[in-house]
Amino acid sequence: MRIGVITYPGTLDDRDAQRAIRLAGGTPVPLWHADEDLKKVDAVVLPGGFSYGDYLRCGAIAAKAPATKEVIKLAAQGLPVLGICNGFQVLVESHLLPGGLIRNEHQHFICRDQKLRVENTDTAWTSLFEKGQEITIPLKNGEGGYIASPETLKMLEAENRVVFRYLDLNPNGSMNDIAGLTNERGNVVGLMPHPEHAVEPGFGPDTDIAMRSGTDGLKFFQSVLKVLVNS
Amino acid sequence: MPKIIVEIMPKQDLLDPQGKAVANALHRSGHPEIVNARIGKRIELHFEREITAADMANAEKLASSFLSNDVIEDVVSITKE
Repeated sequence: MRIGVITYPGTLDDRDAQRAIRLAGGTPVPLWHADEDLKKVDAVVLPGGFSYGDYLRCGAIAAKAPATKEVIKLAAQGLPVLGICNGFQVLVESHLLPGGLIRNEHQHFICRDQKLRVENTDTAWTSLFEKGQEITIPLKNGEGGYIASPETLKMLEAENRVVFRYLDLNPNGSMNDIAGLTNERGNVVGLMPHPEHAVEPGFGPDTDIAMRSGTDGLKFFQSVLKVLVNS
Repeated sequence: MPKIIVEIMPKQDLLDPQGKAVANALHRSGHPEIVNARIGKRIELHFEREITAADMANAEKLASSFLSNDVIEDVVSITKE
């Protein structure tokens, strides 16, 4: 299965995402923001970083890139799309997911291992988790505070579209402790924390068993591969 | 050069960290009378010809769809200069 990873000018975590896909058993396909051709990939990851230097608003200019326009078109047809951190911001600015992301409540850039609860296992990217499962993956952002109108929040909760919630502490002031969301169909998922940084023992978050042994992020990529194989 | 000026501010009830930092610095430098500061954006759209009514209508559309995000910001003015 071929999973595309889009690189925008200013993207940082594209190679980490490619590595995560490889470790999960997929074939990563590097995609360039200026290309309209998504090379017939089976899924797409919008990785983290600072696309276009966060100019205008985080993700706003990337949302207008030729490759993103193609993602918007194919997402409507069911293409699995995962937006991580800046990729989540791109999904929000592309209106593939509702709401907005603003500067962290305490105005600090945060970099920590973050505990999350998986609230929805019906999405393309969370099918291998158990509902309510607690996972730990790194979080690193400056503008990760999720906001939305009261009506949108109500709709998201009623339709079970909050996929991940921050546990123990809310690091950035996100409304309803929202760390990640999905669209109505469940093929598009966006989250602020970084699953691609928790895929290989020795390089992930600390666990009770051993330092840096956390690989909870791998399941995101294994989930989509399983969904693709079964479809 | 004819310009359309679009001014955008963060929504009133949202934290504006830049404005807050500037207000704190103003207080430290002896201006307690300035109770708050807020920072927004001024975007100039330049033209090499006269600006038409259609250009203004277009700028309005762009201001609300791309230049600002209505979840977090308000377009406060669109003017011709």
